[in-house]
Amino acid sequence: MRSASLQIHLGFKLATAALAVAGSVVLLMALTRLIPGDPATVILGSRATPEAVAALNARIGLDKPLIEQVFSFFGKVASGDLGEDVFNGRPVLSLVLNALPNTAAVAVAAMLCAVALGVPLALFSARWPGGKTDRMVAFLSVGFISTPSFVVSVFLLMVFSVHLRWFPVLGAGESGDLGDQLWHLVLPTAALAAGWVGYIARLLRSSLLEILGENHVRTLRAYGVSETKILMKYALKPAILPTLAVLGMGFGELLGGAVFAEVIFNRPGLGSLIYDAIRTRNYPVVQGGVFVIVMLYVLTNLVADLSQSLIDPRERARLTSGRGH
Amino acid sequence: MQAFIALSRRPGGTFAMLAVTLLCLVAIAAPLIAPYAPNAIAPANRLMEPSWQHLLGTDHLGRDILSRLIYGARVALGISLSVIAISLSTGVALGIAAALSPRAIDLAVVGVFDIVTSFPSIILALALVAVFGPGLGNVVLLVSIVFIPHFGRVARAQTIAIRNSPFIEAEKVLGAETWRVVLHHVTPNIIGPIFVLACMDIPVVITIEAGLSFLGLGVRPPLASWGNLLNDGYTYLDQSVWLATFSGLALVLATLGFALLGEALRDTLDPKLRKAL
Repeated sequence: MRSASLQIHLGFKLATAALAVAGSVVLLMALTRLIPGDPATVILGSRATPEAVAALNARIGLDKPLIEQVFSFFGKVASGDLGEDVFNGRPVLSLVLNALPNTAAVAVAAMLCAVALGVPLALFSARWPGGKTDRMVAFLSVGFISTPSFVVSVFLLMVFSVHLRWFPVLGAGESGDLGDQLWHLVLPTAALAAGWVGYIARLLRSSLLEILGENHVRTLRAYGVSETKILMKYALKPAILPTLAVLGMGFGELLGGAVFAEVIFNRPGLGSLIYDAIRTRNYPVVQGGVFVIVMLYVLTNLVADLSQSLIDPRERARLTSGRGH
Repeated sequence: MQAFIALSRRPGGTFAMLAVTLLCLVAIAAPLIAPYAPNAIAPANRLMEPSWQHLLGTDHLGRDILSRLIYGARVALGISLSVIAISLSTGVALGIAAALSPRAIDLAVVGVFDIVTSFPSIILALALVAVFGPGLGNVVLLVSIVFIPHFGRVARAQTIAIRNSPFIEAEKVLGAETWRVVLHHVTPNIIGPIFVLACMDIPVVITIEAGLSFLGLGVRPPLASWGNLLNDGYTYLDQSVWLATFSGLALVLATLGFALLGEALRDTLDPKLRKAL
């Protein structure tokens, strides 16, 4: 009975995720059909012969009905085929797989950086709530969260690459030279991490304050346990769980948000791949790239959601006691 | 009044009020206060440093940066308010309709919201612009689509919470038509949190519009959008830092001002929403 409730919860989450992915593919296909005029004419230009247009339409699969396109897309995806680049015939999957590690590297680095800075800020804030540090962190958090990442990117580039010349201006570094690649990673990581530092600091601070106000913490205080020990040993662990869930979801958002850092620092990646494809109207690459980002976004949300249910003993108890979703 | 007091007590509250008031005034009075026409080209004066003649300097075509920033405030506020108006009205209508409709329709609407939100917002905006092309009108409509589920979900949840309340039941028993119940009883009761959400979404809309324009996929040049200006500044960064600096600061001022204002409104009008958002 208990495990059945957990299974239903897992099944429900998986079904919702699968539906979201399927729906987004339908939306992507439908959007391509909505392009004013004929996509093949848009790609080839108005002087293209009708034969060339018909041939390209057949190659992209636009001559088929929408529903057939969707099924054929899923069929191809199942066999590892995301279509091909209309200009040079390269498989979209290999383009995406080449770009993905760069984007994943910057997203993971940004997340780690955000945690490394955000958690101590939250601890300082929660240790002396209402104090000067707390007020400063509160203001800085909103500042970090609300400053667009592309503004941070341009400012960092201006100060550290153009003016001080501490960091390289463009690119992802020499392949094979790990030190050079890490050096190229610093500024894009800082640009993407800034907003998340603020977000983690705020979220964790409010979780910490909530827990610090609970009865068991009052008992600990009555026993004379020091405030720092309460914070680090008893409050941080339960307070960090909701933050972890948000981080999981944020990772998917970072994969999309990386487009600006990639374009500004001229890094190859999923975002810059989609951006270049949009500018050249290379629709199969746009479709394939966006599909992969949506898949990763839905997947990271799902993992975050499920791990929250499995890691948090309170949530686990709620689910296994039959009070599921 | 209560909101103003709460705002002034918050960290950076005075800053938020000053920033938003300044932006609104600048946007309204743009033709009166801009020292030059925003698109007046003077190649002889290109990439000038700030001086008494051009207070914030000039761009690569010799256009006055201050004047372009002032007109850029109009674009930023105009687009964000239009997007919020469209997505709020459509989202609220869909959310209320879903909550009051049979289960199948409700599920269908929620399904569409889920699909739209399964895209990271900037990627959805990019995909939509890829299809329909850049331009002022398209940006407003397409970014509105991204935000409709935000309002739709809150409106649906709020409506579900009150749809079986005694005062709604009483109206129905007295023979009130559905449109009357929705217009006079449901909407006024759910609109508070929606307005707070709207205020908090303004900086996000400003960011997405400027981001699209920065990538060359939003508002078309020569119209002065802060995103376009930042892109020009980025392109000529090795020759002049002024355009990138001032357009970036304008964006920070606007997003920070509205974000702080939104938070103060949220705390004042609906403390319960603090957790929900």
